[in-house]
Amino acid sequence: MSTLKSDLNLASPDDIYNLIVDAHKSLSREQSEKLNAALVLLLANHVGDEAVIRAAVAAARKSLSA
Amino acid sequence: MATYTYPRYAYVPPPELVLKPGGPQTAPVLIVGAGLVGLTLALDLALKGIPVTVLDEDDTVSIGSRSICQAKRTLEIWHRLGVADRMVAKGVTWDQGEVLLGDEPLYRFDLQPEPGHRFPAFINLQQYYCEQYLVERCIAEDKVDLRFLSKVVGVRPGDEYVEVDVQTPDGVYQIRGQWLVACDGVRSPVRTMLGLPYEGEVFDDQFLIADIRMTADLPNIRRYWFYPPFHPTDSVLLHRQADNVLRVDFQLGRDADAEEEKKPANIDRRLRMMFGPDARWEHEWSSVYKFSCRAMPRFVNGRVIFAGDAAHVVSPFGARGGNSGVEDADNLGWKLALLIEGRASASLLASYDKERGAAARENIRQSTRSTDFITPKFPAARLLRDAALSLARDFPFARAMVNSGRLSRPVAYAESPISSPDDIMATWDVAAPAPGMPLPDAPLLDATRGEVWLTEAVAGRFAVLSFAERASSLDGAMARAIVDMADDIPGFRPILITRDRSGAPDGWTTVIDKSGLAARRCDARDGTTYLVRPDQYVAARARRLHDSWVLAALKRATS
Ligand SMILES: Cc1cc2nc3c(=O)[nH]c(=O)nc-3n(C[C@H](O)[C@H](O)[C@H](O)COP(=O)(O)OP(=O)(O)OC[C@H]3O[C@@H](n4cnc5c(N)ncnc54)[C@H](O)[C@@H]3O)c2cc1C
Repeated sequence: MSTLKSDLNLASPDDIYNLIVDAHKSLSREQSEKLNAALVLLLANHVGDEAVIRAAVAAARKSLSA
Repeated sequence: MATYTYPRYAYVPPPELVLKPGGPQTAPVLIVGAGLVGLTLALDLALKGIPVTVLDEDDTVSIGSRSICQAKRTLEIWHRLGVADRMVAKGVTWDQGEVLLGDEPLYRFDLQPEPGHRFPAFINLQQYYCEQYLVERCIAEDKVDLRFLSKVVGVRPGDEYVEVDVQTPDGVYQIRGQWLVACDGVRSPVRTMLGLPYEGEVFDDQFLIADIRMTADLPNIRRYWFYPPFHPTDSVLLHRQADNVLRVDFQLGRDADAEEEKKPANIDRRLRMMFGPDARWEHEWSSVYKFSCRAMPRFVNGRVIFAGDAAHVVSPFGARGGNSGVEDADNLGWKLALLIEGRASASLLASYDKERGAAARENIRQSTRSTDFITPKFPAARLLRDAALSLARDFPFARAMVNSGRLSRPVAYAESPISSPDDIMATWDVAAPAPGMPLPDAPLLDATRGEVWLTEAVAGRFAVLSFAERASSLDGAMARAIVDMADDIPGFRPILITRDRSGAPDGWTTVIDKSGLAARRCDARDGTTYLVRPDQYVAARARRLHDSWVLAALKRATS
């Protein structure tokens, strides 16, 4: 079991960030929401670790009130 | 209905109103409700020698087909009561399910991939047939006093007995039970009269359930469509039942007008889209439902005990309603019988509450999740549900998330007060039945009876089950000690499972495990011993046969 990484874990963060943003280009709001939902499930399965996913869910919820 | 004529069972004026005895009679067990659960319990008790009186307000079986999917565990229980073979012969056997998106199959699941079981994962048989066969079996049983047109209209619990008022065509009379078991269904008048809580969640989505008679060349599998072309807004479930009857279940959403939807012309329009212009059918029965998941916080309330829908109700995705009710009866029967025979302490009933309470919570958890998947409650829930569905075409992991119902399996009693923990030094295969789990099935050979099944060999009473590759290798002194012990415990049976019966100990029933499946499924080695409860659940297991261990485990399992 590992913990949710909060320090940088990507070799080129700008690339990854733009990759995800670009995926939404020219999508309607509805399509974007669908894309995000599929992405979340794919990544969650890849991560596989329940504790990490729980921590990510909590962190994402917390970011809403920031 | 076209295929089924409802039986009318005879109402017999009760002795209380005919002979007018001095005061109310006291039955050891009074059961309110002759549905799947009350009938199962009545038979189980009667076969254990306990007289029961069953009161039902009706004089026939379940009106309309409600339950259709009868699970393997339920069939094992009904087999012990002598009715399962008739049901299997009449019903439609199935092990597999298919989930589709649009008209494209997403995946199939197999509930019983390995052979070597007495019963299939499921049969589909209409509830009215199941009840009819149970009623006929009850009528043939002297110890069951089954009273129709006998409606319970008053309940007075006491310290020594429970008294009820029974309304009949000839008037009202009183009868008492040392124990009263309320199997009177989801609206349970007994529960209501006693003002006991029944809490949970009601789902807003409506479902149209249509049973139709149609000769169609369909496979014996359960099929679930999300967004099918013939019902593009929602989902549809299709099952085959006996008598060429199909069960079609259309999800209608929250806002549907139930009265409109029930009109035959509207049902026909939906069916026409599903089955095409050439199909012909007759209506058997139809209804529009909303589902709920609710349970009582406690099933045992003094001398009044609740079982089946009266105690808990789930949505039908997963077929956990009737099946879990039959498991309640199975769990309660032997405990009540031992109590009444004075061979167990009253605290044994606490284990019913604990074990079946945990099972109800697990069934509710599972069926709530299925219902939430099928009827997403808010926009993001639908978004994620639909994402899982579309990913499921290409990604196996997403197929595992698609939840069209997780089908009924017996729940393990992980924290049962009457299970004995494993020896901390012993190691067991994770698939082997731990204490609190039902014994698996396996084919065996008996010298006198020929083919028998493991679940048949241990049915009904406590059993010690020992394994030895060669019968002669069983510890002789221990084998004798167990036989001496068994003499003091009615019905207690020592059973030896072996490959070579020569030199088998006296007083033991020896059965041959030719295929080796029993030993494999129980992760057995020479000397491995299970103590099995009358409901075929494992109470304790050990790597070595020892009489004092058996005695201690037996004591714990009955207190
Ligand atoms: C559409 C649908 C589909 C379902 N499909 C399945 C399925 O596939 N598999 C499954 O396992 N379950 C299924 N179920 C659930 C199943 O039908 C119930 O769980 C089951 O009937 C419960 O049995 P019971 O004996 O507890 O109660 P009931 O069957 O409701 O029986 C209660 C009995 O009590 C009697 N009674 C009531 N009040 C009184 C009174 N005052 N005095 C005397 N008698 C009284 C009634 O006459 C009745 O006979 C389904 C349910 C529905 C609605």
